[in-house]
Amino acid sequence: MNVVVCVKQIPDPANPGKLTSETHTIVRDGKLILDDSDAYGVEMALQLVDAAGGGEVTLVSMAPHSETSGLRTALAMGAAKAILVSDDALAGSDALSTAKVLAAAIKRAEPDLVIAATESTDGYTGTTPVQVAEVLGWPSISFAKKVAVADGTVKVDRQTETGYDSVEVSLPALVTVTAGVVEPRYPSFKGIMAAKGKPVEELKVTDLGLEPGQVGAAGARQEVVSVEPAEARKAGEIVVDEGDGYEKIVAFLEQIKVI
Amino acid sequence: MQWTDDHDRFRQAVRGVLDREVQPHVDEWEAAGIFPGHQLFKALGSAGLFGLEYDPADGGQGADHSYTVILGEELGRVGCGGIPMAISVQTDMATPSLARFGTPELKAAYLAPALRGEMVASIAVTEPDAGSDVAGLRTRAVRDGDEWVINGSKLYITNGTQADWLCLLARTSDEGGSRGMSQIVFPTSTPGFSVSRSLKKLGNRSSDTAELSFVDARVPVANTIGEIGQGFRQQMRQFQNERMIAAYSAVGAMTVALEKTAAYLKERKAFGQPLLANQYLQYSLAELSAEVDMLRHYNYACADAYLRGEDTTRFATIAKLKAGRLHRKVADTCLQFHGGAGYMEETWVSRFFRDGRLLSIGGGADEVMLRVMSVLDGFTA
Repeated sequence: MNVVVCVKQIPDPANPGKLTSETHTIVRDGKLILDDSDAYGVEMALQLVDAAGGGEVTLVSMAPHSETSGLRTALAMGAAKAILVSDDALAGSDALSTAKVLAAAIKRAEPDLVIAATESTDGYTGTTPVQVAEVLGWPSISFAKKVAVADGTVKVDRQTETGYDSVEVSLPALVTVTAGVVEPRYPSFKGIMAAKGKPVEELKVTDLGLEPGQVGAAGARQEVVSVEPAEARKAGEIVVDEGDGYEKIVAFLEQIKVI
Repeated sequence: MQWTDDHDRFRQAVRGVLDREVQPHVDEWEAAGIFPGHQLFKALGSAGLFGLEYDPADGGQGADHSYTVILGEELGRVGCGGIPMAISVQTDMATPSLARFGTPELKAAYLAPALRGEMVASIAVTEPDAGSDVAGLRTRAVRDGDEWVINGSKLYITNGTQADWLCLLARTSDEGGSRGMSQIVFPTSTPGFSVSRSLKKLGNRSSDTAELSFVDARVPVANTIGEIGQGFRQQMRQFQNERMIAAYSAVGAMTVALEKTAAYLKERKAFGQPLLANQYLQYSLAELSAEVDMLRHYNYACADAYLRGEDTTRFATIAKLKAGRLHRKVADTCLQFHGGAGYMEETWVSRFFRDGRLLSIGGGADEVMLRVMSVLDGFTA
């Protein structure tokens, strides 16, 4: 079974990020790393291929400046190869134009299954994976907390607010996995060295049969009009327990609709 | 030292593995006075953290020494001294001689399982009457046909209560002094072997420490590591690895300690302002940070020399001496700046203060390092 994992290479969250003053998009000039949330998808894919007894995991990513640092981390975990789409024409892409690019790249790998994170750690739109499935014309299941593949179908326990739904669709399909679905392995030294020799196919927009006008800022249908800093956290409330502390806590939890 | 993306990736991986496998359990293991050696080592062995520099044919990773520097620095960050010490025994104290001089059969039987984390190893050198003065050790191995018959005792043995095998240094002839010793792989399942005592310590409490007893314990002569009679020389070389990883690890530990102390001093207010607004505290931390950085770069120079295949005795001796003394200074300052909170067991800094004290004693005391230095530099009469 062949699985594609969509992976995003993002600025290191440990460093304060910057937005461009004109388009309010994230500055991606420095070194990019593998989005932590994608490590779960890579691990899930490796386990599914292992369970199937054959096949390989291919990474698909879109990033500026031919960046492969994050891809190498995922390759060091055990993925077999990667497709990187890197093109100046992609600057300013919104979620839909990103989905078009990823879908076109995914088609080249002819996978049985596509796995992605529920959302990236830098953009947080959470809409790209399902748009990829829509562009491909494949079924998609989001928020998977358990994934199993058998007999041409994928069975998923899908996380909901009250529990989970058991969902099944035929392959090929796209599944987004939640953090914690599996425990990602850390690359070993041997894995890191092996990753250096694994193939990364770098493509331009035109290699995918797309026109530059369909993607990037030119093809975007969304525009970030303004960005405001998040409201500073307010000071917490101290509840003094005078024998009725639990009642005050219950009342507070009811007020914020947790219970 | 040239750090590459590969090094960064490895450092992140080591930190991730230790964050997952060690950090969450440190308090529990410290309280228990022991850690689950086989369980933890299996996890770390599977992650490829053991045998970084050893031949892949022996189960090693085939990395160069720069990756050991990273492992050491990251081990230092885990929030206690006991677990880094236990791991370092497996990676850099009990196994280097076996990897260098062991026969293929011996390496297949003991080194490869240790690197997979399936066996726990100990280094058994110190005795009740021979600590830093290794030449004074008394444990004897007398040859009887194809077997060594071993009698004696070993003291302060890290991982000693749960080790599957020991890298044992014993006297194998009557030459006396540093001559006539051999290194022997000693399986702890051997009849005549016993753990006499599990020892309670000032610090490094999560790591078990034992006194071991050998009464007519028989092991094959084929378990000898390298040449019979060359044990002292081989052990002296193994000590270099021990001292280097100790110095690398100390830098990681001190760096985190200064970061944590600064964070506390920013939060903690006195006389209407954060404690760190006081210039005295700022400058004290800045000066210690500078000293830690100097040791870090001295370590890198040591590692570079080791990578070039040079004898690093002088580097390792100075680095280990400085690491022990600087750790004491950093720990004392961090504890002092935490005030009463720092004196409480529930605060990390009290453990840091206790654990670091061993650096000036284990692996050759400060005074032994100075003795080595005076000989190397000709300060003797």
